[in-house]
Amino acid sequence: MPQQYTLWISARKDSGTAWFLGALALIAVVVPILNLVVPPSSAFHISAYGLTLVGKYLCYALLALSVDLIWGYCGILSLGQAAFFSLGGYAMGMYLMREIGPRGVYGNPVLPDFMVFLNYKSLPWFWHGFNHFGFALLMMLLAPGLLAFAFGWFAFRSRVTGVYLSIITQALTYALMLAFFRNDMGFGGNNGFTDFKDILGFDLHSEKVHVFLLLITAFVLAGSYLLCRMVVSSRAGRVIRAIRDAESRTRFLGYRVESYKLWVFVLSSVLAGIAGALYVPQIGIINPSEFSPINSIEVVIWVAMGGRGTLYGAALGAILVNYAKTYFTSTIPEAWNYALGALFVLVTLFLPRGIIGLVSGREKKRGPVAQLQAQAEQAERAKE
Amino acid sequence: MKKFFLRPGVQWLLVLLLLASRSAGPLYAQPSSDANFLAKLGELRDASFEDKDKIVDQLVQSGHPNARAVLTGLLEDRLYSRNSDMKVFLVKSAAGENTATLDLIDPVTLKGAGPTSVDDLTKIGTNNHLRRVLQTTLARFGLSSTDPSVRLDAVRSMEKDLDEGNVKLLRDRSAVETNSRVKDEIDTGLALAALDGSDAQARLAAISTLRHSIRQDVLNKLQGLGEKSPDGTFVEGDEHVRQAAAAAVKSISRMRTFYGGLETLFFGLSLGSVLVLIAIGLAITFGVMGVINMAHGELMMLGAYTTYVVQVAMPNHTETSILAAIPAAFIVAGLMGILIERTIIRFLYGRPLETLLATFGVSLILQQLVRSIFSALNRSVITPNWMSGTLQVNDALSITYNRLYIVVFTLIVFAGLLVILRRTRVGLQIRAVSQNRAMAKAMGIRSEWVDAMTFGLGSGIAGVAGVALSQLTNVNPNLGQSYIIDSFMVVVFGGVGNLWGSMVGGMSMGVVNELLEPYAGAVLAKIFVLIALILFIQRRPRGLFPPTGRASEN
Repeated sequence: MPQQYTLWISARKDSGTAWFLGALALIAVVVPILNLVVPPSSAFHISAYGLTLVGKYLCYALLALSVDLIWGYCGILSLGQAAFFSLGGYAMGMYLMREIGPRGVYGNPVLPDFMVFLNYKSLPWFWHGFNHFGFALLMMLLAPGLLAFAFGWFAFRSRVTGVYLSIITQALTYALMLAFFRNDMGFGGNNGFTDFKDILGFDLHSEKVHVFLLLITAFVLAGSYLLCRMVVSSRAGRVIRAIRDAESRTRFLGYRVESYKLWVFVLSSVLAGIAGALYVPQIGIINPSEFSPINSIEVVIWVAMGGRGTLYGAALGAILVNYAKTYFTSTIPEAWNYALGALFVLVTLFLPRGIIGLVSGREKKRGPVAQLQAQAEQAERAKE
Repeated sequence: MKKFFLRPGVQWLLVLLLLASRSAGPLYAQPSSDANFLAKLGELRDASFEDKDKIVDQLVQSGHPNARAVLTGLLEDRLYSRNSDMKVFLVKSAAGENTATLDLIDPVTLKGAGPTSVDDLTKIGTNNHLRRVLQTTLARFGLSSTDPSVRLDAVRSMEKDLDEGNVKLLRDRSAVETNSRVKDEIDTGLALAALDGSDAQARLAAISTLRHSIRQDVLNKLQGLGEKSPDGTFVEGDEHVRQAAAAAVKSISRMRTFYGGLETLFFGLSLGSVLVLIAIGLAITFGVMGVINMAHGELMMLGAYTTYVVQVAMPNHTETSILAAIPAAFIVAGLMGILIERTIIRFLYGRPLETLLATFGVSLILQQLVRSIFSALNRSVITPNWMSGTLQVNDALSITYNRLYIVVFTLIVFAGLLVILRRTRVGLQIRAVSQNRAMAKAMGIRSEWVDAMTFGLGSGIAGVAGVALSQLTNVNPNLGQSYIIDSFMVVVFGGVGNLWGSMVGGMSMGVVNELLEPYAGAVLAKIFVLIALILFIQRRPRGLFPPTGRASEN
């Protein structure tokens, strides 16, 4: 396999990548046309609501991508991805709140409405700078990235692995949720941020701006996908997969397992943060319930459903499960929890390689990933 | 109190005592006829508040056995005059907004006199002053009760108004009082009165009595002695008295801090008990079997709903239904656990992350199932009377019974679990399989059956924890979700596979949480505990008591 994994080679050698990028390009072309060009009277017209939904699915696909990178390729089941997603979202939300300026209900040019309401006299220190988009952009990457770095630094060096890591990442998410629910944290308490007006001067109520945001999301998703693909098919990527399959052996071979894990963890958290930052302006609200531990676990099932360790499978799973969720919750809401619950059980028991494994089972057995997976499965069976 | 009315002899003693204490009153009361008593009562209807004051006085001096009952009625707004014949009656319970009729009680015989429409009745009103007079008067009655707790209450209410009469009453009672608690209380009251006296020696003596009290009002009074009045002079003129007061304040404050610490410790232990209770079931399924059971919280929820169902099924036994719910919840949750194990988990042994996902799915299904059957609304589980109320150890330390019971309950469940694991055949097999499955199989243990039993045991304990939770929080389908992370943290903190670790871990988490709470507030305290735990696990990934031996290697 070549070291420099270019787009061209990836498209030729890896049909999954080709399909994924093709489908993404199709969405990026067709959805805007259906919204802007096709008249609202037509059956094919996509409403503003539909536009938001597609944008949301793409953000979730990016989040799923980040989970697949850390779980599918490195074997670390991080249940903190929702926290990184929300931190990115909150950073974007802070920018959007500052952008409202004097147009809020209370008309205060500096303080957002909720601060006026909660009797803040001046802006808390951590809100400074968020009136600049560049700074906010930096924080969208840094807030989740630094948290993941600090957390991973200690956790991986102490060799906290497996379920222990899952449990403490979940505890971290839970602690953050409790913290953001507090009114005096300066993040709007349980109402979070909403009523955004515009982004970089563009009106967030306009459909054209939403189309533009959708295009950016699709573009970022494609870029992130290629970045992940590059990482996992590089030399380092092979070490990462080796860590997943036999951590001690990799360590004995002389690799700094902790460093590899840490960098994958940080990259994955930054991707989750970007997903959150793209999510907030399209959905128009961010509140602490985004942190709730159930969200992190749900992302894992999207990835498992699509097929872990494939990247495109994760994105596919995210879109399919969320489409099903939208469909069920609007038609038979009580059936959704049964369906989601059954999905967790059935995918775990019967679809260890997800839909992708189902569709291209024979073909995949030849690839290096599948070989490693088969080995890992054998090793697991031997362990029992 | 009722018992008290029926004993005219005691009443007489009391009246004699009362009259002896009042210099203005006649030395001996003549037994007044019922007619006189009724006539006096009749005057109440049209009397001014000032006159009522006098009438109350005369009623007391009349020495009629029912004076106390009538005066209590007057204080509680239960004394009415019938418009048709101007007769005065007590009523059974005070009138509410929508009461149409009231059940009358004859003031002389204290027997029911039938219901009457409210339109035919005029309430005999009171004002603040009159109510105060009545309270003091009734306290004097109480002082000679045969029940020490009634006497204690009487002394306490008299301490609020230490006029000359009350002080004299207390002093007289002090001479004959035999109950030590009542006597201490009287001494405290007399000392409080003496502090206002003019004799510095008496004040010093009073302070030396008071320094053994730990009451807040005593503390305030003593602190007041050391303060300056607006004109710059001390409230207390005597230097020695001021010093003694300051020393007493110090000693009282120290005692109060000590008892406050005890109370915090107890709160911490009771919170810790909850944590232990929700975690020990998980310590079995996670610690012994290595299964990440995310449905653990939902098994607790099933236990809580079982409590509710049992309570609905036994409408005439609300006091005892919770006891019946304990085995029921164990069986319901245990069977559900065995079902989950047989259908899902047995295919996933050795793959903990997969068990996490699959059992999370189970938790969603169970939640929705309960939501479909019982609706998403809160179900109210009645707290039996014997579980409510407070155990007042002393003035600075009070313990609510429900907290006390939860500690006791946790200890019982924990001990029961230890007995099962250490002393029974199933326990032996569970330990054997968890230590070396292949060897246990070779010895003829049906390991699959043991797996099911182990998971059933852990789940059953979760159900029992649910019974306790039904008393502490709202019973709704989301009950389990709010506890699942806590229970995992306790197990990991204590050291996986170690029941005592979960015990120590849970208790210390509870105490630390309660210690932080006064400074940080409930939510922030919880956040601090979580962060501290995360840091701790990063330092010691295997918890407080890491598993040892060959089994811990893999």
